[in-house]
Amino acid sequence: MKFVDEFRDRDLGQGLAAAIAREAKPERLYQFMEFCGGHTHAISRYGVTDLLPANVRMVHGPGCPVCVLPIGRVDLAIDLALGRGVILCSYGDTLRVPASAGRSLLKAKAAGGDVRMVYSAADALRIARDNPQREVVFLAIGFETTIAPVLCMLDAAVQRGLRNVSLLTAFKLVPPALHALLTDPEIRIDAFLCPAHVSAIIGADAYLPFAAKYRVPCTIAGFEPLDILYGIEGILGQVAAGEARVDNRYARVVTRGGNAQALALMGRFLQPVDAAWRGIGTIPASGLGLREAFVAYDAEKRHGVTVALGRENPACRCGDVLKGKLRPPECPLFGTACTPDHAVGPCMVSSEGTCSAYFKYSEQ
Amino acid sequence: MCLAVPARIESLEAGEQAVIDVGGIRKRVSVALVEGVAPGDWVIVHVGYALARLDPEAAAETLAAMAAAGLEPGTLA
Repeated sequence: MKFVDEFRDRDLGQGLAAAIAREAKPERLYQFMEFCGGHTHAISRYGVTDLLPANVRMVHGPGCPVCVLPIGRVDLAIDLALGRGVILCSYGDTLRVPASAGRSLLKAKAAGGDVRMVYSAADALRIARDNPQREVVFLAIGFETTIAPVLCMLDAAVQRGLRNVSLLTAFKLVPPALHALLTDPEIRIDAFLCPAHVSAIIGADAYLPFAAKYRVPCTIAGFEPLDILYGIEGILGQVAAGEARVDNRYARVVTRGGNAQALALMGRFLQPVDAAWRGIGTIPASGLGLREAFVAYDAEKRHGVTVALGRENPACRCGDVLKGKLRPPECPLFGTACTPDHAVGPCMVSSEGTCSAYFKYSEQ
Repeated sequence: MCLAVPARIESLEAGEQAVIDVGGIRKRVSVALVEGVAPGDWVIVHVGYALARLDPEAAAETLAAMAAAGLEPGTLA
């Protein structure tokens, strides 16, 4: 596929790996965080870690919206499907997320709930149009990348006067999470490998405060293996020069200002809210919720329900994995009680979860 | 979750829709989030929406920079 295959070239990859080996000083330890689950997955899939010197470590971040979806919100989606008779639409990734007491949306569907997997938010709109007598709830999760398409759907619902569709939102923002990670005294991050497609929406300039305030190099990289190696090579160059700036190495897609239309939609429909991150806790202003003017499309208010805390499995260490404090094999459940087929925690369920990536691509 | 694939716009349709070519497969997606795209333009597509343009010139520049970064110091390109 054009613009994909070129960025998986073996010779170029070996050249970049050699450049990284030359630039990394053997006497120091480098810890770079890739925030995004897409990067985590690609690093495991293409064996990027094996191409890096042992002292250049990639720390995996919490950028997997399925993994950080709070358990109480999944519980609520299940209750809406089973108790209120709504048509609950969701992306496929969330269907198997473990909820309280061993429940999941997939099990709710088996128990008779009308749970439908959709590819796009537009599918939920079609379902609402085709079922005017039913209430349709879209479990809308995601970071900036995925938020914009949902708002296109909401915009269409408002314009067409469709009143039987609402959103159960779990929208998360990347910059407040970066701030929380940088101010956590237990986490050492020398630089960020910044997300590819979140950056396409928010723009490269969104990272300027992090480079300036925390003196942390921020390099934006695409999701192909060469993009990741080139990103790491760029970070090492900044570290060697004592610099901390925003380096956009995914210039074929990311601009300085991002996607103005997407950002305008976010401003029109949504406002910042404190958001709970599964395994991490609440991060101030790290989420987006519907503005008061669009309360009719807010599933919680429309159906008079609220999110409860939910009960996590106490043995699950996803919280530490999500903050880069623990590597998946160090969790006592990894690969034994917790596998992709019988996942205990969300990091094993999502195909982009760190545990799932390790399980799938590492030697057991 | 945030994966998006490169695709070429084949034709524009009513309602801010477009037919795209994704690695030889034709698909209809929304182009409501990218202003002023035309047939032949490249975009990246995520959950049925074109999210951003893909600039072929910038892609070529990045590939050249990757090759240059991988050269041994002192070698002539």
